[in-house]
Amino acid sequence: MSILYGFYTADSGQIEIDGQPAKIHNSADAIRLGIGMVHQHFMLVPTFTVLENVMLGREGGALLERGRAETRAELERLSCEHGLEIDPDALVGDLGVGLQQRVEILKALRRGARILILDEPTGVLTPDETDRLFDILRALKRDGVTILLITHKLREIMEVTDAVSVMRQGEMVGHRTPATTTREELAELMVGRKVQLDAVPVTGEPGPVALVADGLSWRDAGGALRLDRVGLELRAGEILGVAGVTGNGQSELLDLLSGIAEPQAGQIRLGERRINSGHPADPAEMRALGLAHVPEDRQHRGLVLSFSAAENVVLGYQGGERAGTGAFINPTGIRALCQKLMDRFDVRPTDPSLRAGGFSGGNQQKIVLAREIDVGPKVLLVGQPTRGVDIGAIEFIHQQLVDLKQAGCAILLVSVELDEILALSDRIMVMNAGRVVGTIDRAEADRHRLGLMMAGIAEGAAA
Amino acid sequence: MKIAPLPRWAEVGLIPVLNIALALAVSGVVIAMLGESPMAALVVMMKGAFVNPGGLGYTLYYTTNFIFTGLAVSIAFHAMLFNIGGEGQAAIGGLGVALVCLALDPVLPGALVIVLAIGASAAFGAAWALIPGYLQAYRGSHIVITTIMFNFIAAGLTVALLTGALMRPGQSSPQTREFAEAAQLPFIHDMLGWVGLGVARSPLNLSFVIALVCCVGVWVLIWRTKFGYALRAMGQSEPAAIYAGIPVQRMVVIAMALSGGMAGMMALNEILGVQHKLLLNFTSGYGFTGIAVALMGRNHPVGIVLASLLFGALFQGGAELDFEFKTITREMVLLIQGLIILFSGALAYMLYPLVGRVFAMVRGADG
Repeated sequence: MSILYGFYTADSGQIEIDGQPAKIHNSADAIRLGIGMVHQHFMLVPTFTVLENVMLGREGGALLERGRAETRAELERLSCEHGLEIDPDALVGDLGVGLQQRVEILKALRRGARILILDEPTGVLTPDETDRLFDILRALKRDGVTILLITHKLREIMEVTDAVSVMRQGEMVGHRTPATTTREELAELMVGRKVQLDAVPVTGEPGPVALVADGLSWRDAGGALRLDRVGLELRAGEILGVAGVTGNGQSELLDLLSGIAEPQAGQIRLGERRINSGHPADPAEMRALGLAHVPEDRQHRGLVLSFSAAENVVLGYQGGERAGTGAFINPTGIRALCQKLMDRFDVRPTDPSLRAGGFSGGNQQKIVLAREIDVGPKVLLVGQPTRGVDIGAIEFIHQQLVDLKQAGCAILLVSVELDEILALSDRIMVMNAGRVVGTIDRAEADRHRLGLMMAGIAEGAAA
Repeated sequence: MKIAPLPRWAEVGLIPVLNIALALAVSGVVIAMLGESPMAALVVMMKGAFVNPGGLGYTLYYTTNFIFTGLAVSIAFHAMLFNIGGEGQAAIGGLGVALVCLALDPVLPGALVIVLAIGASAAFGAAWALIPGYLQAYRGSHIVITTIMFNFIAAGLTVALLTGALMRPGQSSPQTREFAEAAQLPFIHDMLGWVGLGVARSPLNLSFVIALVCCVGVWVLIWRTKFGYALRAMGQSEPAAIYAGIPVQRMVVIAMALSGGMAGMMALNEILGVQHKLLLNFTSGYGFTGIAVALMGRNHPVGIVLASLLFGALFQGGAELDFEFKTITREMVLLIQGLIILFSGALAYMLYPLVGRVFAMVRGADG
């Protein structure tokens, strides 16, 4: 994709657009040729209005007035034609994620895009917003726009596409049409072997309460209330799934529970220890109390990418016996530990001295997971365990979590993937705008009901 | 275009050598423009730095200064802190040495005074870096700004003291009285003389050995202790360090203190080893050159020793150049040093893509 949009130049091969060979050296070439890209992480200026964002890069002269008028007219036309309604004078920072994405699409269309590339567009959307996005894409398709959808979600491919190409490790491994294929076949193509798509949830008898949070509230540095009186109870031998659209307080909840942030109000109880604003605990103390944490952002938090894999298997445990005796670290011991974990978790390549940044996403995640599981935690916090991870590794990671649960560990699973939450959780807690909308049993949950709750529509079944 | 990473030996060995060669080539052009032979100048430099009687001693004496300041910069850099204040920390380290010697050399045995003076140089330098470290960690003042400002404060402070309280009685030059002979670090030529080896006199003294010991110490600290692990983790990724429960703010302060302590020990060489009194401007830019030394030495003690040796040889050989050729002045020598710093410091990665392409071509030819 980066080659198509001109970030990289291809070493060999050529690009043809409408039968004409095209040379794309930079993104300006790509735009000129009618290629528009909607990135997974939006490239918008939050303090600009919709109009200003759309005209960015096409200001039309030194004075803005004329470009502004032209863009406004153009926006109106695009909105009518494709059903992309939006208020041109709203600040982008005030818009919801779904609307911000719409601005990105409008930006691409305004630049005359006839080929629209969307990179994992639904990762940040609620199921409802996803449906609306697909409506728009269908409308654009009718108007003659070519749409290239990059996604790892098989459901979306089956729902909205006309043709699908499967890539594995930089190679095209197959072309299918959704009408004549199945999710299972696509998954097999992606991984190269048969895959169990839906892990079977094994429900056991939950044990004693391991972690309790009560009335947790937290404001960020800007004073915005990110967590509002959140309470939960986590038992040994169960997986509590936390569902919600990205940015509704799940990250902050993990930060508080892991000791990275201090609670400003409310209390956490882990074993005998009570943690509140008067008695905060840092991540080192939480680990000592038996709480392990697989962070949402493995690249920035879970790993030091420039360190070797071996050095990374003691990250967080660098003060303890795992790293070495006394004040010194024991490089041979750490290497041996890493080798053992790599074998057990099937990390490839099996090279403890390779930089963590040199592993694929799935293998990086396995390293983090191996480290946190191997210490034998009482409580495990897991954030987005399979984000950016290939389907084969997803299956493996899910199995590890289920095994750990059955060994009696209490697991809090935060994920924006509803399928993942449904496949693994015993109970599901839904968050919206920093609040707990409700907690329901797995048996009572389905996509539709969770979707409503994620949108903040509470039901009778509140916890 | 993306360039495949170079093999390690090329990255740590070949690239620096190419950079130095390029700097010398440009210097050669300048020398030729002055009407002198670049080859002859190079010979004079090499002879002056390594062959002439006392030349090697002088080279290693300069090297000592660079090792201390280079190590200082590298410790802070492992924590991703740019300590630009080596100059001031060394000056204050010198103040610590002077205070200990002036106060105690009449009453305590020399060896004990030396030990205390070594401790004082590190402690004073550390204290001087600790303040910017604290301000960075807990108040968010940028370390580069504060350490530069602390250089000026240190300079002002030494001037005030040397023209006032610490000035030698009955004299009007801004320096202290000389320390007692027993409280001076022995010269290497004297030490070798004790075991029957006669070498030419030079300012090289025991602090060279202390510097090498510090290299080993820093290597162990950074690469073999839990503290060093935490320091490097923090430098490479602060979010990961926070996640790992490393007390980031405290580590910033400690890293700066260690860095300042190492810079302060540079005063051992100049004050306790050679001058035997505190005087103005003895740091003469070594603190700043330490940045280039650390950069060139890849923040690794072995690299820092090699880079220090290069700069030591440049200083000593450069002085000879000045002496031998009428047209090549002291400023010319500074220019050559500047070119080396420019090519191996600021432009360190300039040749990277080129060398990468050459490697790719060689590999392509193989396959």
